[in-house]
Amino acid sequence: MFKIHSEIFNFGASMAQPVQARVRAVLKESALLQADVESLADDADLYAAGLTSHATVNLMLALEEAFDIEFPDRLLRRRTFSSVNAIAQSLDEIGVYKEAA
Amino acid sequence: MTSRLAAARAVGVEIAARHADDVDAGARFPREALAALKDRQLLGIMVPESEGGAGAGIAEVASICDALGRSCASTAMIYAMHQIQVACIVHHAGKNAWLRTFMKQLAKDQLLLGSATSEVGVGGDVRSSICAIEEKDGRFSLTKQAPVISYGADCDGILVTARRTPQSPASDQVIVVVPRDGYQLEQKSGWDALGMRGTCSNGYHLEAKGGMEQVIPAPFADVSAQTMLPVSHLLWSALWLGIATDAVTRARAYVRSEAKKTPGGVPDGGWRLAEAASLLQLMKSNVVVSLRQYEAVVGSEDKLTALPFAVAMNNLKTGSSQLAVQVIHQAMLVCGLAGYRNDTAFSLGRHLRDAHSAALMVNNDRVLARTAQLLVALREDPGLLE
Ligand SMILES: Cc1cc2nc3c(=O)[nH]c(=O)nc-3n(C[C@H](O)[C@H](O)[C@H](O)COP(=O)(O)OP(=O)(O)OC[C@H]3O[C@@H](n4cnc5c(N)ncnc54)[C@H](O)[C@@H]3O)c2cc1C
Repeated sequence: MFKIHSEIFNFGASMAQPVQARVRAVLKESALLQADVESLADDADLYAAGLTSHATVNLMLALEEAFDIEFPDRLLRRRTFSSVNAIAQSLDEIGVYKEAA
Repeated sequence: MTSRLAAARAVGVEIAARHADDVDAGARFPREALAALKDRQLLGIMVPESEGGAGAGIAEVASICDALGRSCASTAMIYAMHQIQVACIVHHAGKNAWLRTFMKQLAKDQLLLGSATSEVGVGGDVRSSICAIEEKDGRFSLTKQAPVISYGADCDGILVTARRTPQSPASDQVIVVVPRDGYQLEQKSGWDALGMRGTCSNGYHLEAKGGMEQVIPAPFADVSAQTMLPVSHLLWSALWLGIATDAVTRARAYVRSEAKKTPGGVPDGGWRLAEAASLLQLMKSNVVVSLRQYEAVVGSEDKLTALPFAVAMNNLKTGSSQLAVQVIHQAMLVCGLAGYRNDTAFSLGRHLRDAHSAALMVNNDRVLARTAQLLVALREDPGLLE
């Protein structure tokens, strides 16, 4: 999976990677981060951006609601939620990526 | 039984027990017992053999905590807290040369390590910090208002949590190892507490300096979830078990002395003693199973951070802390006034006071709130022997 660091390409990124864009929307809506969601790179560490381990459960619930999926126990790890890309990859594993593309 | 466990038992029975009442009454550091533990090389046993330690596992250390808890809860708590710090270094030093050298020194000189995780302003929330690492040219400085640093005046090094940088959010923390010559403590409060009086958990203004290589490379979130939290709950529970076990031993001795007075029948306290013994067994089973669970996953980052494991370790903590008080209370009912008085062979006041710290040491309400969150996410319960 390619990574986009520059904000300039964010528009392009959301076209090419609809899952990432939807993950961002969930992050923004759930207001779990102190940092500005838009200014974060897809591979930026969400924990460094203020995601607490307590909030991770809420993020998981919000993602399940938004994508109408269930995270299996094996994916309920800190790493699963560590960046927008990591979340997208887990969603891909669950089968979301293909549906959305 | 390993020879190390035998040595620890002897320290408990012959030294810690002898001074326990004086340590409690004077709220003083149990220096005799700690000197004996150092002398028998029991402080560095978790350091791997390759670094000059004994490579002891969690079960052996927990057995030592249980053994010491039977004699002097403060000694056992100091030993447990020290080993929790050692475990964080041993499991997360990785290839960091400074940390590996420190580990060697720890084993060689039998250094005693303390902990400054709590901070004024964040309450007991170990996973947030106000203070931050300030880096300049590869060196750091750090100032922390620590409401409690147990045996802060008597340790040879302290592990301190802080935000990664002054810009980091409260939850983005690291933990840094600071040897005695790297910090200054200004005492802000004393420790005249209900129990665990010998831990001398004074409050301090802490100023630390050192090289950036003293910072454990993994985020504190990982160190906490994979090591500090499970190891704390295991070792604390083991020593609380030790306190409760001694209470039941005293109750048994009381019932035996009564039985001698009225041969043939079961003394009145016998039923309650049986109840206490049953609760104690429940508590012990929980500790033993949890130790086995930890041993089964130690070394696997994935399994250590899996939800069922985190839930199990939290339940161990809240369960043992409550059971310890219940068991001792039962034992007190068995011994009656002889248990209530502070001057008999059956006295249980110190046990009860020490055990009451268990629910507060990371408040059970806090742990339960966290467990509740995890349970919302948890899908399946592991099978009987999984
Ligand atoms: C013997 C002993 C030795 C200690 N040694 C050390 C040491 O060496 N180093 C160190 O750093 N710390 C140490 N501590 C501190 C300990 O780890 C906790 O940080 C401390 O006991 C919590 O303090 P608190 O009760 O003031 O705060 P809190 O945990 O904030 O509790 C205060 C109140 O808030 C409630 N509460 C708070 N949060 C929640 C929540 N999320 N859900 C529900 N209720 C909540 C609690 O029920 C409680 O009534 C020690 C404690 C003891 C008892």
